[in-house]
Amino acid sequence: MIRHLLSAGDLDRDEAIAILDTAGELARATGRSVKKLPTLRGRTVVNLFYEDSTRTRISFEAAAKRLSADVITFSAKGSSVSKGESLKDTALTLEAMGADAVVVRHSASGAAHRLAMSGWTDCVVVNAGDGTHEHPTQALLDAYTLRHHLSDGAGDLQGRRVVIVGDILHSRVARSNVLLLETLGAEVTVVGPPTLLPVGVEGWPCSVSYDLDNALTGADAVMMLRVQNERMNAAYFPSAREYSRRYGLDRHRAELLAPDGIVLHPGPMNRGMEITAEVADGPRSVVVEQVTNGVHVRMAVLYRLMGALPELESEAGS
Amino acid sequence: MSMVIREVAPHGEEAVDMTIDDGRIARIDPAGSAPAGEREIDASGLIVLPGLVDLHTHLREPGREDAETIESGTAAAALGGFTAVHAMANTQPVADTAGVVEQVWRRGQEAGYCDVHPVGAVTVGLAGERLAELGAMADSAARVRVFSDDGICVSDAVLMRRALEYVKAFDGVIAQHAQEPRLTEGAQMNEGELSGVLGLRGWPPVAEEAIIARDVLLAEHVGSRVHICHLSTRGSVDIIRWAKQRGIDVTAEVTPHHLILTEELATTYDPRYKVNPPLRTADDVAAVREGLADGTIDIVATDHAPHAHEDKDCEWGAGAFGMLGLQTALSVVIETMVETGRLSWREVADRMSTAPAIIGRVESQGRPLEVGEPANLVLVDPRARWHVNADALASRSRNTPFEGREMSGRVVATFLRGRPTVLEGRLA
Repeated sequence: MIRHLLSAGDLDRDEAIAILDTAGELARATGRSVKKLPTLRGRTVVNLFYEDSTRTRISFEAAAKRLSADVITFSAKGSSVSKGESLKDTALTLEAMGADAVVVRHSASGAAHRLAMSGWTDCVVVNAGDGTHEHPTQALLDAYTLRHHLSDGAGDLQGRRVVIVGDILHSRVARSNVLLLETLGAEVTVVGPPTLLPVGVEGWPCSVSYDLDNALTGADAVMMLRVQNERMNAAYFPSAREYSRRYGLDRHRAELLAPDGIVLHPGPMNRGMEITAEVADGPRSVVVEQVTNGVHVRMAVLYRLMGALPELESEAGS
Repeated sequence: MSMVIREVAPHGEEAVDMTIDDGRIARIDPAGSAPAGEREIDASGLIVLPGLVDLHTHLREPGREDAETIESGTAAAALGGFTAVHAMANTQPVADTAGVVEQVWRRGQEAGYCDVHPVGAVTVGLAGERLAELGAMADSAARVRVFSDDGICVSDAVLMRRALEYVKAFDGVIAQHAQEPRLTEGAQMNEGELSGVLGLRGWPPVAEEAIIARDVLLAEHVGSRVHICHLSTRGSVDIIRWAKQRGIDVTAEVTPHHLILTEELATTYDPRYKVNPPLRTADDVAAVREGLADGTIDIVATDHAPHAHEDKDCEWGAGAFGMLGLQTALSVVIETMVETGRLSWREVADRMSTAPAIIGRVESQGRPLEVGEPANLVLVDPRARWHVNADALASRSRNTPFEGREMSGRVVATFLRGRPTVLEGRLA
């Protein structure tokens, strides 16, 4: 059992499947009638968001509340947090206030790792996105969604072909997905313009291609990544239009997928840029489902990381 | 007062008795045969080298006395076996006028632990726009001969050309921090597979190598000498080797940390390992060791870069670049170069004393161990082992990358013009 969730690479196959299975059970348990479970009653989860991210923050809030935890959300966005000492001071404050887990989103790669390993706090740390490094719960919710559609919601993703398209260089979603999907046995191909693929990507546990049509043909799923406007200004590619033509997903391209192939996007989408509205809202799109699954997967992560503490077990036994 | 250092091995060779008097080496006698001095030091088992000379030190004074002062930095230097250091210009205010360099020089004299030779800024305010008054600094009491915008590359080719030409008038040298700025915007670590995995913006080797290639060609074209600071990649070593074969007057330095540490330390996300240029790969480490052994790289220079605790006790992206180096430099060289058979002690003296003194045009340092020479000396116990404890270092800062590590060889004593600055491993 891992203590923190910092990287999708921290999860071995059994651990990853256990989280996905737990998420499935929690999804069933919190159906229409019962929304809340008492599991984390009396425990405190702090959402520490140094970076704006409405959907991830809300998802974690909902997950913690459905497990009956007390939730404190700290958004540093707009405050004077620009230096690292603030992260340390905040950690010390949270520790002093008796937080049990910290969900952290930060613009610096490795911030969650630093929080967990620095000795600043004893809290369980969950990485909710660190810079251009990782976003492991996003990868878990993507894996959960893929498993639901491609493997009947059980086991792993052995032999399934997944294509990840776009700004691989700056994407924490891509990094976490490549690691987790490979752990689960899927065959991953990353596709993007060479300027948006990191140096050394050939060493990653995936295939690399510049040719989207070729990679999509017969694939079981495609995951489109958001392309930030500032990438265009930094001359990673000549124009939005050229990007769309070469790496955007339209209906024609989506039809290259396997008959039951699905389309994922971590959101928020740039409709008309990396994905057309037609595909985003079309029958292959599971984008809305991803959001729902996100809550269950994050519940599972909090449940497994926090619920396994001995004090809780003794409490449950008494 | 005369002092006899008994049974000490110059350059690790045959032991002698070395008598120091009036700031100079007064006699060298066969071991055990020197007449008694007013003071005696039993140095059996110890090696004597000329006092070490650092061409690249950040003393932070004036401006950041919370991180280091000339006094604390030179104390660290003496404990590391140095008798002279070159203080980099990126202070606040910048050392870009005769006034500032004279102040630094004088404060070094007052501290007394080792000589402080200020490095002058190449451009006003390190802004890379127009030349600082290099001649005034050269003519000042500080007699500046090394000029550098260290920390910032003189990236403008015309400005670099002018600087190289201009300092010929007083036998100066431009020490270039080779870093193409556009290729390294926001860079956090060596660019390679690992930077991609860690999601840290890469600092590609080509950003260093392209500037070095340009500058050796510029130096050749205008007939000047150029010094390359802290080179860190195999490609850089290859370019310097090529330039020297071509007869270009280029010298180069490598830091102790680039001789021993690799980029894998970035996986900790601990900014203690964040430095500029960044730690590179094991292959680069092998290349700089080879380069230092065969003389392609002329010297070891520490790039001692103290930083306040809060600038390192944070996440990687917010951390400052740089590491302490003065008190660990010799041990790293012993471990990586001497114990591996790559350098003799005589060559260590060359790389860490004689050659840097020549590059910096410091006539009284890096001298041969001969009668009549100034007694700038360091006694080293090559077999001693010690563990780095940041709290016990003389620096005001604690950002050593070697905390807890066992180090090879220890400085026992340092003499500055015959006066001990360090005895029995402690400040005298």
